[in-house]
Order: sequence, then C-alpha cells, then structure tokens
Amino acid sequence: MHVTSPVRPPLVTGGKTYADVTEDVCRHVEGKPTKEWKIAFIAALVVLIYGTACLFWTWWEGLGVWGLNKTVGWAWDITNFVWWVGIGHAGTLISAILLLFRQKWRTSINRAAEAMTIFAVICAASFILMHMGRPWLAYWALPLPNTFGSLWVNFNSPLVWDVFAISTYFSVSLVFWYIGLIPDLATIRDRAQNKVSRFIYGTFAMGWNGSAKTWSRYEYISLILAGLSTPLVLSVHTIVSMDFATSVIPGWHTTIFPPYFVAGAIFSGFAMVQNLMLITRVVYRLEDYITIEHIESMNKIITLTGSIVGIAYLTEFFIAWYSGVEYESYAFINRATGPYWWAYWAMMTCNVISPQLFWSRSLRRSVTWTFFISVIVNIGMWFERFVIIVTSLHRDYLPSSWAMFSPTFYDIGDYIFSFGLFGTLFLLFSKYLPVVNMAEVKAIIRSSSERLPKNISGVAKGARVANPSFNKDAE
Amino acid sequence: MENNKKRYWRGLEELRNDESFVKHAESEFAELTPGEEKEYQSIVDGTNTHRRDFLKVLGFGMAAVSLAACDAPVTKAVPYLNKPEGEFPTLDNWYASTYSEGSDYSSILVKTREGRPVKLEPNTMSSITHGVSARVQSSLLSLYDIEKLKGPQKGEDTKVSWDMVDREITTQLAQIAGRNGAIRIVSHTVMSPSTKAVIADFIAKYPSTTHIMYDANSLSAIRRANEESFGQPVFPSYDLTKAKVIVGVEADFLGTWVNPGFFDTQYAATRKVSSAPNGKKDMSRHYQFESDFSLTGANADYRAAVKPSQIGLVLTALYNRVATKLGGKTITAPAVEVPYLDKAAADLIAAQGQAVVMCGLNDPAAQVVTNALNSLLGSYGSTIDLSAPLNVHQGNDLAMNAFIDEVKGGRAGAVILYGANPVYDHPRGAELAEALPKVPLSIAISDRADETAGLTKYICPAPHYLESWGDSEPRVGYYSLVQPTISRIFNTRQGQESLLTWAGLPANYHEYLRSYWRRNIFTQGGAGDFDQFWMKALHDGVFERKATTAATASFAGNVDAAASSIARTSAAAGSASGIELIIYEKVGMGTGRWANSPWLQEFPDPMTKATWDNYAKLSKKTAEELGIKQGDLVRVESKGGYAVELPALIQPGLANGTVAVAIGYGRAKAGKAGNGVGVNVYPMATFVGGFLSFYPGNVNVTNTGGYRELAQTQTHETVMSRESVIQETILSAYQKNNAAGRFIPEVETSEGPVVAPDLSLWNGHKYPNHSWGMVIDLNSCTGCGSCVISCQAENNVPVVGRQEVTRRREMHWIRIDRYYSSDAEEGDFQGQEIASENPAVVFQPMLCQHCSNAPCETVCPVAATTHSHEGLNQMTYNRCVGTRYCANNCPYKVRRFNWFKYFDNDNFDYHFNNDLGKMVINPEVTVRSRGVIEKCSFCVQRIQEGKLTAKKERRRPIDGEIVTACAQSCPTSAIVFGDLNDPTSLVHQLTLVERKGGRGFQVIEEINTRPQITYLVKVKNVDPDASATLDEEGEIKTPHTVDT
Repeated sequence: MHVTSPVRPPLVTGGKTYADVTEDVCRHVEGKPTKEWKIAFIAALVVLIYGTACLFWTWWEGLGVWGLNKTVGWAWDITNFVWWVGIGHAGTLISAILLLFRQKWRTSINRAAEAMTIFAVICAASFILMHMGRPWLAYWALPLPNTFGSLWVNFNSPLVWDVFAISTYFSVSLVFWYIGLIPDLATIRDRAQNKVSRFIYGTFAMGWNGSAKTWSRYEYISLILAGLSTPLVLSVHTIVSMDFATSVIPGWHTTIFPPYFVAGAIFSGFAMVQNLMLITRVVYRLEDYITIEHIESMNKIITLTGSIVGIAYLTEFFIAWYSGVEYESYAFINRATGPYWWAYWAMMTCNVISPQLFWSRSLRRSVTWTFFISVIVNIGMWFERFVIIVTSLHRDYLPSSWAMFSPTFYDIGDYIFSFGLFGTLFLLFSKYLPVVNMAEVKAIIRSSSERLPKNISGVAKGARVANPSFNKDAE
Repeated sequence: MENNKKRYWRGLEELRNDESFVKHAESEFAELTPGEEKEYQSIVDGTNTHRRDFLKVLGFGMAAVSLAACDAPVTKAVPYLNKPEGEFPTLDNWYASTYSEGSDYSSILVKTREGRPVKLEPNTMSSITHGVSARVQSSLLSLYDIEKLKGPQKGEDTKVSWDMVDREITTQLAQIAGRNGAIRIVSHTVMSPSTKAVIADFIAKYPSTTHIMYDANSLSAIRRANEESFGQPVFPSYDLTKAKVIVGVEADFLGTWVNPGFFDTQYAATRKVSSAPNGKKDMSRHYQFESDFSLTGANADYRAAVKPSQIGLVLTALYNRVATKLGGKTITAPAVEVPYLDKAAADLIAAQGQAVVMCGLNDPAAQVVTNALNSLLGSYGSTIDLSAPLNVHQGNDLAMNAFIDEVKGGRAGAVILYGANPVYDHPRGAELAEALPKVPLSIAISDRADETAGLTKYICPAPHYLESWGDSEPRVGYYSLVQPTISRIFNTRQGQESLLTWAGLPANYHEYLRSYWRRNIFTQGGAGDFDQFWMKALHDGVFERKATTAATASFAGNVDAAASSIARTSAAAGSASGIELIIYEKVGMGTGRWANSPWLQEFPDPMTKATWDNYAKLSKKTAEELGIKQGDLVRVESKGGYAVELPALIQPGLANGTVAVAIGYGRAKAGKAGNGVGVNVYPMATFVGGFLSFYPGNVNVTNTGGYRELAQTQTHETVMSRESVIQETILSAYQKNNAAGRFIPEVETSEGPVVAPDLSLWNGHKYPNHSWGMVIDLNSCTGCGSCVISCQAENNVPVVGRQEVTRRREMHWIRIDRYYSSDAEEGDFQGQEIASENPAVVFQPMLCQHCSNAPCETVCPVAATTHSHEGLNQMTYNRCVGTRYCANNCPYKVRRFNWFKYFDNDNFDYHFNNDLGKMVINPEVTVRSRGVIEKCSFCVQRIQEGKLTAKKERRRPIDGEIVTACAQSCPTSAIVFGDLNDPTSLVHQLTLVERKGGRGFQVIEEINTRPQITYLVKVKNVDPDASATLDEEGEIKTPHTVDT
C-alpha cells in the first residue's frame, strides 16, 4: 500500500472507522427523505415542469420563439450546450486522471462528481436536440444504414464528430460511474431492510460478493476505464471546440481553441463540483469526508485552469493583432468594445480575476468564498461561451448583415429546463445512491484518516452509537 | 362515307332476341318478373340476401369501409380529361401583356402554369421597358388577393346581381342626364386609347359627362409648362442614352419619378464600362440636387442636399450660370448656397447637345426654367423629345380640385370613380369623404371596397389586369396590349364593359378593343390583314410605330416671370430655421395602390432598408438638434393642424432642417396586409397655385417620448473600410488602369507574399459540363430591388411580417446591401460606423455565392447541402435537420432558416394562408417546411428545365436561354447569368475580360471560398480630390495616407 507522508493533513477527519463510513453514507440512502430534500426536490420538479412547458412550446411552434435571427443562428442553445458539456468534464477528470495520478483525495468526491458529469452531459445533449429545426430527425446525424442508399452522415462536419464524442463520453462515464457504484450497491443490498430495496439494489449490484477476485477485477476495470476516459476528457471538449475552430467565422476560426476549451471545461466543472459538494457535505453532514483539504485542492485546480483560460484570452487578442487579419482584429476589438462589451467584461472579471483570489490561503480555505467564487466562475464560463458564439456571429464579414441578439422568454425558459432536469436528477441520485464512494474511502482510511488521541473515546473515537443495522442474513 | 352495315347489339339478350327482352326493350328500367328478380339482384344491393351470404356481405362491407377511409376524398381537382388546347400540365405557357396602372407601365410576359399566372417577366419586344420592377412583380400577388370583392355590391354590404346594378344605374344615369345633371368620371391617368374611346362613347350617350383625371403623385405642371414654353401641353420623352451629363433636380427618375422603367435601362447604358481592349471607357456624369435622399441621388456622381424651399433656386442658379456662358437671357433670382452648382453648369455647357436637366417639381415656374435651361443646352431634339411624348401624368390638379368643389357644393349628379381612390390619395380626401355620400349616384369601379368605394352607392368590381383585356399607349406611337391570362376568378366585370353597358352599347370589350385597334392602330402601319396583325400584336404584346427622330423645339416661355414665381414660392415656403416637410414616394409602395400586397410591404426600401412602415426621415444633425433618436415616435404637425405620429429614421444625406415622410401608407381599407401600416400623409400635401405640392413648408416636429422599432433588413450602414467587400474607383483612374480600385488580398508565406486564393487546403471541384455563374456589375446596379421581388415570386419565398423583420428574419434569397461612405479614418472603428453627412452610396446585390469551397457544405452533419458538378451549391430541404451551422458559417449570410411554419399558419396570415393566395406558388419550387434552411438555388428549376429542353432538341443550351429570376427582371442587366464553361456566353466573356486585370472581384476573396459570382468594381465619374493625384497604376495617392 501507499504510505501517505505524515506531514500531509489527513483526508478523512474525525477518526472514522470502516463502520462509520458505511453508516454515515448509507444513513441517507436508507432513511426516509428529509424535509430539506423534499423541499429541494419539489422545487427542482417545479422548475423542470416549467422548463418542460417552455420546451414543449418551442418544439410545437418552432425555433422562432427564440431570439435568434438570420445572422445569429446560435446563441443560448449552443452556449448552454457547451456550458453543460464543460461542467461535465470534472467528474471524469477526477475519477480518471486523478486515479491515474494516484490522488487519493479524489475518493470522497468522485462519486458525486461523476454523477454530476452524467447529468450535465444529459443536459448538454438536450440542447443538441433542442437546437435542431427538426429534432424528430435527430437520428439522421447517426451513421445508420438507411433507405436513402448511400446517403450517410457528412464526416467532414464537426457536428458529426460531436455526436461521436459526446455519446462515447457519455457511455464511458456512465459505465465508469456504474462500476464504481457496484461495491457500494452491494453494501446497501446487504443492509437492506425490505425486500424491494434488497431486490433493486441487489439487481444492480450484479452479485457482488466482496471476494478478493471481485476486488481485483474491480481494480483492473477501474484502471482500464480510467485509461479509456483520460483521452476522452481531453477529446470531448477538443471536439466541441472544433465546432467553432473549423469554421470560417472570425473569432471562431482559431487554433488555440482545443486546449483553451479543455482548460475552461475543467475550470467550470470543478467550480460546479464545488458548488454541489459544499451543499451536500453540509446537508448530509459529510464534513469529515469532504474536508477543507479537498476544497483547497480543488480551488488550486480552479486557479490553475482559470489562469490557463486567462492566458488563452490574451493570446487570442495578441494573435488577432499579430496576424494582421482585418476581420479577426475587428472581431476581438468588437468583443471588448462593441455592443456586447458588457458580456466580454463580465467574462473577463469572472474567469480571469476571480480565481486569482485563491492565491490567498484564507480565501481558498473559506467555504463561503469558495462557494461564492465557484458560482462566479460558472457565470463567467457561461458568458465565455456566449461571447464566443454571439459576439463572433453578430458581426462577421459583411457589415450589411450585422445584427443583435436578445433572448426571449423561451430562450430563458429552455435554459431553466436544463436546471430543472439537472436538479431533479441530482437530487434523486443523492437520495437513492451513496453520494460518497464508501469502498474507496475505506481504502484510504488506514493511510489517510485522522488519528485521534488515545484518550478520546466514544463517538468521538468512532464508537458505534447503535447496533449496526445491516442485514445479518447477508452474512 | 362508306356504307356502314355493321350491326351492334346492346347485349346478348338482344342478339338472342328472347321474349322477355323484346317485351322490355323500350323501357329504360326493365321491370323484372319475380322469377327473374331473384336471378338479377345482387347481394351487394342488400336485398334478398341469403343467410349464407351474410359473411360475404359483411366482409365486403368492411373492406369497402376501410378502403374508403384510406383515401381522403379529393374534392376539387379537375382532371385534364378534356385537355384545354395548348395547355400541358407541368409546362409553362407564356402570354405577352401589359401592366399599365396610372403612369406606371411595363410590358410584360406572363408565365402561366395549369391556367394560372405565376410569374411576370419583362417583354423583350418592348423598346419602352426592359425590366420588371418590384411594384410590377408584386401586382401578380394582387391577382390572388382574397380580400377583393367577389361580385357587385350596393353599398358596402349588400350583394346584388349585375343585372340589378345595371338596371338601377342606367335608370338613374338617364334621369340625371335628362335633367342635364353633372356626371363625372374620375380616374387616374388613363394611358389606354381604347378606354378613352369607351369613355368618349359614354360621354356621347350622356353628354353632361366629364372625365377628370388626377394623379396622386401629380406632375401636371409639366404639361402646363410645356404648353407655355412650346405651345405643346405634353409630357416629353427622354433619351438618356444620348446624355453625357445628366442633372436631376428633385427628379428621382431611377426610383419613383414618372416611371423608372423608362429611364433606368437608358441610364445604365451610359454608366457601363468595359475592361476589354477596346471596351467602352467613358460614362455619363450625373449630378443630383435634391432634398430627400432618393435612389437616383444614391446613384449620382455628385449629389447635393437642398432644402425643398431652395430647390427652385437651384434651377434658377443653374440657369443663370449656363445662360451667362451660352448667351441666354439671365434672370434675377436670390442666390443659393449649394455645392457643385458651378461644376454642374460647366459640365452641362461642355456637353451641349448631350446634356439633360430633369426636374421633378410640380411647379410650372420651375418646369419653365428647366425647359429654358434644356433649350439653351440644345437638349430638345437630342435627349428630350417633344414629338413623340409620353402619355404619362395626364392628371390635372385644377380639374380635380374643381371636381371636389363641385361635389362639396352638391352640384354633381353622378360620380363614377374609375379605379381611383381620391378619398385616400388626394389631399382633400377628407372633404370628398364627407360630400361623396350626398351625391345622388355614386359608383366605384374598383377591386375592393376601399376608402372611396366604401362610400359609394354601387361598387362594380373590376377584375385584375391579368384577368382583363386592354391596351396602353405609354408613349405616342408605342402601343401594347393587355390580354387575360386566367379566367375571371370572381364575378367581376371590366370597367370598360360596365361603362359600355350603361351607355347602352354591346358590352363586349374584347370586340370593342379589336375594332378599336382595327380602326385606329392597324391603320398606322400594320402588316398583312387585321387578323394577322392582331395575332402578332397579341403575341408580341406591343406594336411600335417606326421611331421618329426627335424634333427640336424653340423655347417661347417667360423665364423672368417663372424666376420671380420661384423666388416667391421659395420665400413663402418657410423660414430658414424651421423644419420643412418633404412628402415623397417610396420605390416599392408608390402611391399606396397595392398596399395590400404583402410582397410590397415587406420589400425593403432601397435606401432605408425599412419594411412595413413609413417613418419620419431626419438627417443626423436635425435629429440631434430636436433630441430625436432612431425609432423615437415623433409627431409631425402641418400648418393646417393635420398631425401624424410615426417613428423617426436617421437618414444620412437628407437635407438638414427637413423631415421626409412617404405617401402610400396609412391605408384604412386596403385589406389585412395593408390596413393600419404606417400613416397617411396625403392630407399634408398642399396646392401651390392650384398645383399639388409635396413640399408643404414648415412643420412642427416633436418627440412624443414613445418608441417604435423599425423593421429594417439592414441596420449597419457602412462597410467599415472592408475593401474585399466593396471595391470602387473613379473613372479617371479606371481609364488609366483597368484594375484600378481592385483590392488583391495577399498572404505572407516563407516564400514571400502570395495571392490569398492561391493557397488552398482543398482539391476543388471539377465542372466538366456546365459551370453556372454570374457577374454582377456594381456600376450598373441602381439598387432598385426588382430582383428581390422577382426572386420572391419565382422561389415561393414566404412573407414573414413586420414583427419577424424586426427580429431580422426576413426570408428574401437575394438582398441589396446598401453601404454609405464614412468620413472616419481607417482603424477608427467606432467612427466608421457612422455614415458621412452626405454619403456616397454603393449597392451590392447579395445572394448565395455558390462557393466552390463552400463553408456551409463542410459543416452540415447530414450532408443536406452539397456541391453539384455544375458549380451549384445545392440545398436538399428534406434532408435538412436544421442545425443552422451552415447559416452561421456562411461568410455572406445568405442562408435563411424557417423559424416557423410560414404557410397555413394564422400567425402569418398572408397569401400562404389562404387557398387563393397559394395559387401564386410556383409549382416548380418546393414550399419549405418549418425547421429547414433555404437559400438561393440559382433558380435550379430553370436550369433543369433549360437543360431538358436543350437535351430534347439534341443541342447545348444557348446562352440567354437559362436565366435566373433576378437576372431576368433586372432592368439594367447588372446581373448576368450563364454557363462559365460556354465560351460564347456573356458571363464567360465578362469573366474572362474582367477577372484578369480588370474590374472583376469576388467578395472576401481571402477566405478562399471561390464563389461562382464575380462582382465588377464600382466606378464613379468624379474628379479626384484636389489634393490627390493618380499614379501610373491609377491608384489614388492622397498626401496623408493612413498607415496600415
């Protein structure tokens, strides 16, 4: 086993034992929904219903209910799409890349982060469908054998690459997440008090029996999936960025986009993980598992990626000037000083300036500041996509077609839909599935748990409060 | 006939001749005996069904019911069992006809499909008009206007029969005529000689009748002035092709004045230049002095903005300058500070005999001075012809005013409004509206219960001209015929037939027309017998007498009196500090006659690019002084107290201290599309010396604090110094170097600079057979927009309405980009967004460029837009899933998305939402569904048809055989379409001459899209700046060049 250097702060505090881990995490799955959860769930459901009504009307009437026009053919739809895909980056990055780098602190957060990834990708995919003029023909973007003879998809089109990239990413993330869930599902199965949950969790646990062989397979498959996912983390947003980079529109046609988009995606993904985890750890009292150390580590990544994004912004400007291309120069001058200057400066403030605050140790270890800046970062990253998409399109080559975009009720409503969807899914997840990966946390308890002084006993030492309530039949 | 002895039997029974048959042979329905009955009755009848047949019947019944349910009944399709002669389903039939409405005239070819007109094209046999303007093309849609009256009416609501109408009208007319009561026929200008004959016959029957003509956009002063100057009360015809210098004074002859169709082709001929070795390298020079910024002003080489009160003085000043040099009699007139006067005078003098001054003022004094000026310049007999004058603008303002007084005084016994709507389009309409119901007999011959017809006792609906017979004589000796191209859709009757009926004459106008032509026109040199002549005239659409040479005329008018009259008018028109009102006519809407045409309402004004509205145009300076911004609702109040509220539009180049508002809007009873669009400003026009004046002097302009967003299709006014978009030069530079003004983008490589398109990632396409391409000459495009509506008609482009245009979602496949010049220096982007105070203007028709490296094609995920091996960028609507990536990636922004379903949708209640309106749909072109992208196809249906025709005849398509709708309608041939692979084609030759070292350029060449469309550099005939010099290359060198 790996030995954590003693100078490092413990990853799990409160002197948790294996049983504590099980108890702390399963408590929420097994107990009745709390009042807070119910309120939150109803709120999310209401938002989802409202958004679904908006979405229904969008599809019933046509995309004209949005504020798009002949010049600006994409605006909030693709902004939201890229934003959600970006958010969906953190989960896999945490579980795959950090696994490969043997970052143990990922164990407490990877489950929720992966769930977030999956739900974010679902939200992103909903915008792919939504933005189509004829969404009922969306399957035409798949290379399916068809009655049209040789008519297939256009492999030149970045949108087709997108279809592959997103669907691959979604399936691999889903599998990765699910595989990770299996030992925990088995734990819940074993503790289940009634037949229904025993059956359901048992089914999904796929006969996990905790033998050394299953553990070994589990480790292997995790490694393999981590290996598979790692390039995906980079490729998805690279390909999403190519939706823009391969075009001829000044402000889109930029080779810097792939790395810049990936950094931005991780940036926003981590910010979103922070937001979700900070709430979850308080509501579910998981402060011992998701500690200030975790928060600080993630804030460091936010600062790093935020700085990469900032440099990318400056590089774009430099290249626009250095290239001498009239249209590109104008596109960037227009971003900063044109009619959408406010969006540009909102982006710059949120994405470039705000993460730099984390150079201060006290700020990056402050829960309030972290939450606040994470929200700001997500707003900023939304604006980044808006700036790239709308301000590039609205004034491109021929000044005669220059136009403005302003969102309508339905642009907003359909965005709200994705929040409703995300919230509903995440709340369902947090109630019915373990939000922390028990099995992996247990694996680091020995090496990285906080050792409490010997004179502390009872609950503080981790003594069990009540009799364990797991299912004795399972033994 | 050979003897036919064959025998036929009705059946075997007859042959057998058995007893029972013989018995019943005579009766049609044989009564059968009970025994036979059983044998003959079928189980299907349901009578006498056997128990064992029950399942059979049940089964048959079920099958029959389900079969019947499968097929929705086709209710109104009439199969071509009896095919009409000459009608072939899916093939076009073409008929020559004429659009003649007031002074508007166009000789046209009507394309019909399965008996319905679907497109209007110019008649190339005519020497008068050569294109089809937006307004003429739109008249097609009015044929299918569902809101027209469907039969005669008594009052606004009671539907009656023609017999009853005729009986009642004839009785009353006889009574009125019997007591010598005044009968008045009121119409706009009538250019139809046979209609005039009908009216004359009517007058012969009822001698107390007078025919009064008036024009909403009156120019009756011209006839008056010519009577005074030359003793001939005529409207001269012009020949601009002979002009070297053209001076327009408030005459928008390319946009609205008289009939632009008469002038634009001639004008463009003087403006075309060629880079061929011995090509034409000179142009006319055009000066325009005007108050409003008109389309003509936009095309001028030198334009000066003058307040309306000063316009007359421009003429006197110009006259004096010319007269001093040419030994004419000078006149005394107040001096006027207007640029370019000296220059214009000098150029006019230099071009004596090849110059023309055109004045658009409806003021006899101004017209007399214009005549004097033209006389001095020797224009009569050269550029102006009084001997074969135009028949336009016969309206007489004085007579019309007298008529209104008469109606008000209760002295009119009967009023027949023949296609005229004076309650709406006459400044004294309100007075007439009050008095008209009191007239004992009032009849409207109108297609709808409009503002005037709604007040009359009888409305006798007249059919659309495409359903009618008729003729027209736009210029003396130039006749043309109107022939019906569809049977009458509603229970209507031509006005001529109504008049003939009431006059007690045979009401067959077709026969009347024939006999009129036999007696009056055939005799003017028709060949063969009359039937042959008639058939030929019908086929050709026109009959033109041999052209006469223009006669000179000696001026005998009184210039001094005219000059003092001008000075008086100018002084009376207003103080220098006030805001003067300019009432003008829009290129599309005109006088408002076709206000219910959604095509016309959505036609972007060539200058303002605004649709669906009229507005108060203000110059930037004036607007700032008044604290008004674009879109602010302003109140314009005339001295008479008539006030309108309408949005403000900042118009660069408009004379400072003026506000301009268009007529043609504010219709109350035009129909769904036209009602309540804009405001009516006819009541603000005044009469000066009895002549209608659209310059009523000072008005009050106040900001109401309200806001109304203008529906403009272009909101950015300048080209931001983008040289690869618009390339222009001046004539002297072009004469030195064919490639003057060309901008050739270069890219730096390790081997040094390379011309941008020489670097490519793409392999390119091969066009082994045809390569369809286009050349658009920016120099001869006047920006009139004929192509826009022509394309709309050809390609079933939907109308989206005002709200959607404000959202920048108009669907036009071709648009005319209009760019104003800016004074700001390069690099000052904020400054460059603002147009100059009196900007130069460039028009650029923009449509799908059919790029050979098309950015749209690579990005479509489903390959809905692909490249043909004939150079076309094709759009497959039914494959499109609507990601709009292609539209985003189009550098020319010519792709259009169907945001909504535009047909059968009550939110878009235009012609696509009713069965009659849908008859205008071109069956060759798909009506696009919601959610798909569409764009210019280079009229691929026409290409296909042309290729098939050629193939059937085993030959190659001939150049000119396949033409896109835009190119066909263009009056100036600025758009040339054809096969670039065909060495004999014009488009090939132009490309060959102009692409290499000539004027040809492709828009934004540096992104290497390789369009199939070549634009030709715009050349202005202006002198280089005093400070600038031309180098040997023809490049303009100014002392302070901007560092790039």
